[in-house]
Amino acid sequence: MPVYLDHAATSPIRASVLELYVATLSEVGNPASVHSFGQRSRQILEQSREEIAKAINCDRNEVIFTSGGTESDNLAVKGLYWNVNSKNPAKNVIISAAAEHHAVLDAINWLVDSQNAELYLIPSDDQGVLDLAALANYLEQNGSRVALMSVMWANNEIGVIHPILEITKLASGYQIPVHSDAIAALGHIPVDFAKSGLAAMTITGHKLGGPVGSGALLLRRDQKLTPVNHGGGQERNLRSGTPDASSAAALALTITEAVAEQAELATKHKLMTEKLIAGVKQIAPDVIVSSEKAHRLPNNAHFRFPGCLGDSLLFLLDSDGVSISTGSACTAGVSGPSHVVLSLGADSDEAMGTLRITLGHSTQEADIEAFLKAFPKAYEGAKKAGLTRR
Amino acid sequence: MKVLAAMSGGVDSAVAAARAVEAGHEVVGVHLALSRMPGTLRTGSRGCCTVEDSMDAQRAANKIGIPFYVWDFSERFKQDVVDDFISEYQAGRTPNPCMRCNERIKFAALLEKALALGFDALCTGHYASIETDSKGNLELHRSLAMAKDQSYVLGVLTKEQLEHSLFPLGKAANKEDIRAEAKARELSVAQKPDSYDICFIPEGDTRDWLSDKIERTDGAIVDLEGNQLGTHDGAIGFTVGQRKGLNIGKPALDGKPRYVLSIRPKDNVVVVGPDEALLISELSGTKYSWCGEAPSNTTDWFDAEVQVRAHGLSHPCRVRVSENQMVISLTEPIRGVSPGQTAVVYLGSRVLGQATIDKTVSAVMEQV
Repeated sequence: MPVYLDHAATSPIRASVLELYVATLSEVGNPASVHSFGQRSRQILEQSREEIAKAINCDRNEVIFTSGGTESDNLAVKGLYWNVNSKNPAKNVIISAAAEHHAVLDAINWLVDSQNAELYLIPSDDQGVLDLAALANYLEQNGSRVALMSVMWANNEIGVIHPILEITKLASGYQIPVHSDAIAALGHIPVDFAKSGLAAMTITGHKLGGPVGSGALLLRRDQKLTPVNHGGGQERNLRSGTPDASSAAALALTITEAVAEQAELATKHKLMTEKLIAGVKQIAPDVIVSSEKAHRLPNNAHFRFPGCLGDSLLFLLDSDGVSISTGSACTAGVSGPSHVVLSLGADSDEAMGTLRITLGHSTQEADIEAFLKAFPKAYEGAKKAGLTRR
Repeated sequence: MKVLAAMSGGVDSAVAAARAVEAGHEVVGVHLALSRMPGTLRTGSRGCCTVEDSMDAQRAANKIGIPFYVWDFSERFKQDVVDDFISEYQAGRTPNPCMRCNERIKFAALLEKALALGFDALCTGHYASIETDSKGNLELHRSLAMAKDQSYVLGVLTKEQLEHSLFPLGKAANKEDIRAEAKARELSVAQKPDSYDICFIPEGDTRDWLSDKIERTDGAIVDLEGNQLGTHDGAIGFTVGQRKGLNIGKPALDGKPRYVLSIRPKDNVVVVGPDEALLISELSGTKYSWCGEAPSNTTDWFDAEVQVRAHGLSHPCRVRVSENQMVISLTEPIRGVSPGQTAVVYLGSRVLGQATIDKTVSAVMEQV
């Protein structure tokens, strides 16, 4: 049985979720229809909204269903920028960080290239920790020009956790709406929307055992936002399109289960990743564990192996039945140097020698054992192949 | 054997991989990412560097039923092939980037990596065949499909590289058979057009592509006696034998057309002259190699044939090694050969070796 240790890419669907998803898929009804079929569908949708609100602590009306992380990030970044900037063109700065997901960074860069936006990146150190003093200083000088801030709750590649509460506190002094992509954090550390001070937050189902295509943007009820999709006015008039009741139901159950088991899973995962890191260090003493000295996710272990190529390691481990990742999944399967690892100050050679292991709801102790058993041979082969790269 | 099949996304490498599987090998497909910024869709007659090509390769691997990976060689490719191509032109030579790619990427970097990762051989879709002589030595031969024969670009392979190479298309009679086979195997690339152009030059216009990489300054066009006949806007990118685009106002005294005879990048001069001055009687190069077993005696002249272009004819010649150079003396002079090109030496259908041409000797003049 092949071992799957790439839950940050996507996670196996939960049996309970699959059952509910299939059952709701077979029900007919558009939630916007007035007849009884529509009402039944609407009931599924709204009940799901309430369940998510309960699990993440927000108002039910703050849940806007989307197709997933990329859509939610685009809606938040573009929607907040357009809303603020159209009322006050002097506010054109977007604050973010170099290690953000491409769904946020590329959306911002598009606004910079075509919509007159300006980008300020919060500096970070070699552990991926953000320099909040620099941010405070920047805000002091430029706070009145800032349209929005977008900082992920935890990094999907290297697992570093950012102090969202401190960031929203800093921003509140200037009435700056803050968005956070919380995909990597949710289900692995406590995430509370009401207490976070965030204006908007991205979540998705498939990294926690839900179906791909189920996600949401949480948007504070007093926060205005310009929609990206125009149409029938569904989802607070912010995300038009027929709502997908089955995806919503699957997302709600996924998140409810993930949040309920979070504390227990985090304890279990922490022990597992500690074991992984110790085992890897024993075989490869020169390995660099990314963000090791920082506050990090319990389910993530990210390694940099000098003189090794990540794709060699991935190939050899995969051939041995252990599936891991070199970082983010990329276009056409090419793993170029990761922008996240480069942001830590690593050179491009070092950024090519990466391996990311992420655990999820279905990870067992045996998976960790299997990795540690396969690793020494793979490392030896990759090290040998690494030298062919003059 | 454990075989790594290099899959460009074209029909040849897909069929080659399928044949390797059928021959009983344990095959893994790999696509080389050679460009840092790949285009999304293929355009024109280039054929390996876009995301579409990578997806085509993956679809073929799925259909054949083998694992598939994409490996990034873009940095190596830039250094060893693209930068080499630019610096060769800068030196006034005419390089062959496909040859460099085989020499330094496919059968060097990739093969070395494959061997280190536990593979026994590298399989490609080249039209050439590996045969064994009576003593068990490996020899590289021309493909049966002469029109598609690619033994020329494999002339750089050494004995060690041949030992780890697999060319399942060598016995193919022609390209149509390969396309028919691909169709029968339900490979979606069966009718994909052939690629002709240099893969990293988008519009196929080398001179234009080079223009923003090499600084161009106006210089003189001179005849063999050194008389200035006109000016050019940069010596780089002219090719020996080129006739068009010289823009020399005055016709030659004898009224015959003039051709580029040589390019002197150091003083930014292009030398032109009559057709017969292009005739070459001898070629030589210090960078040479033997493809398989070297001939037993290379200090004395021996009869062979030489080919100087990928799809050119072969010409009777005599070959020997003298003062660390491979020297090729042509029986009949040949026309328009430029330093930088590769001379591949054949004995019948067998590829004997190759040299990158450093010097040419004119058949009618002292030295060009």
